[in-house]
Amino acid sequence: MRVKVDADSCQGQQMCSIAAPEVFGSDELGHATVLITGDLPAELHTKARRAQANCPEDAIIIEE
Amino acid sequence: MSTLEENAGPVLDPTSDFNIFDPEFVRDPYPTMHDIRESKCPIAHSERWGGSWFPTRYEDVVAIAQEHETFTSRDIVVVPRAAAAEGAYAGVAAPPITSDPPDHHWHRRLILPVFAPQAVAKYEQSTRDLCNQLIDKFIDKGHADAATDYAQQIPVRVIATMLGVPVEMSDEFTSWVRGVLEIGLTDPKVRLENRINIISFFKQQLEDRKANPRENDLITDLLNSGDKYPVTDQYVMGVCNLMLVAGIDTTWSAIGSSLWHLAQHPEHCERLRSTPELWATAIEELLRAYSPVTMARIVDHDTEFQGCPMKAGDRILMSFPAANRDPRQFDNPDEVILDREHNRHVAFGSGIHRCAGSNLARLELRVALQVWLERIPKFSLVDPASVTWAGGQVHGPRICNVRF
Ligand code: HEM
Ligand code: SF4
Repeated sequence: MRVKVDADSCQGQQMCSIAAPEVFGSDELGHATVLITGDLPAELHTKARRAQANCPEDAIIIEE
Repeated sequence: MSTLEENAGPVLDPTSDFNIFDPEFVRDPYPTMHDIRESKCPIAHSERWGGSWFPTRYEDVVAIAQEHETFTSRDIVVVPRAAAAEGAYAGVAAPPITSDPPDHHWHRRLILPVFAPQAVAKYEQSTRDLCNQLIDKFIDKGHADAATDYAQQIPVRVIATMLGVPVEMSDEFTSWVRGVLEIGLTDPKVRLENRINIISFFKQQLEDRKANPRENDLITDLLNSGDKYPVTDQYVMGVCNLMLVAGIDTTWSAIGSSLWHLAQHPEHCERLRSTPELWATAIEELLRAYSPVTMARIVDHDTEFQGCPMKAGDRILMSFPAANRDPRQFDNPDEVILDREHNRHVAFGSGIHRCAGSNLARLELRVALQVWLERIPKFSLVDPASVTWAGGQVHGPRICNVRF
């Protein structure tokens, strides 16, 4: 599993980093950054999915 | 149509006649929101207060927020401005909240860095100290007004620090903001008076910074951003105005509602104390269930939305509180579930105007509740019937006596 953030949709709400702090961080404007750009370890899959489900802008893309 | 008297009178059918300042709706808006949401007209309309639409379903509120070209932010107050006469300050808006694209982009871009999670983290310790000092003042008495003695005192001091303006003026700032956002909504004279207080205060601050620029100072930095963006004094005054207005009533209401909830749910206090990992989801859940803020949009051109004929100039009340209790989006929406996993709430709005201050608001809310529970683990309402509420634009308790 890999995750991406659609920068055009992200409004910097940080619900993603609350749900999955290991996977998402924030740049100097508060917009989401992806901390693990390669394959996510299996133990983070649930958290990444939770982040996706909590992003109010639907800005998180998960590639399985 | 701008005073309480003119707009009073019993509401027979909320889908065609709701009254956002009806005392019962102000106190407990959720049953009415539910009735409208489950009726044949989930987007209600009312002629009161100059006329407005009131979408109550999550999907509709989010769709309108995303369609910023049709549903503009040229006025975001829930009632119309009574008099165009705003004197010398008529042109001072509240960027970026009142800005539409293309200017909205830089109006927002310029202030984002001060609100990033890393940037607001530096307010944590001082907020914690402040909360402890407030509690020191009343802990020995065994009772306090959680709204006035505590919640109300916190955000204003954090924002004053952020803006580099005198923290000693906190009581004045609070009364100005209530004048604009609370009392002034149903009393145009009060609103204008306090708006002028705020803008003229910041005008002086701007003059001061021009004469004596400061290091690491938000107002100085904004004034000096002219090389990157077409910054004017009106823009900087408008931003300061917004930070005061958007940063105080909102967060104080969220802290107050959360304490009101906890006062009635000792089992939630207990769980939060024994399971600190819960805080992250609990804060989001309290924000969802007691979303304080309703914003307006103005329809740009005649359009039809979900079968409703909306005319250019119509006002829409973006009820984020109603959206956040839509059972189509949230299971058991009226229940506070501290570990709710799927919580795509819109307490901070949706789309390009999504709250810029949300990371600061979350921090203040979490620290305020954590310190309270550390010091006062068990507390309850003195008398549920004596709690008073503000509503309209910002919903939250104004008097909330608790004993411990
Ligand atoms: C719990 C507390 C808060 C809540 C519920 C809240 C809610 C909101 C909402 C719903 C919006 C969207 C407005 C719209 O769609 O028209 C908004 C925008 C905004 N808020 Fe907050 N807010 C809170 C605290 C704060 C704080 C502490 C600040 C800091 C000063 C702040 C600054 C802003 C700004 C600057 C905007 C405008 C963003 C834009 O238009 O691009 N807010 N807020
Ligand atoms: S939750 Fe969504 S909008 Fe918010 S920062 Fe994360 S990706 Fe961006």
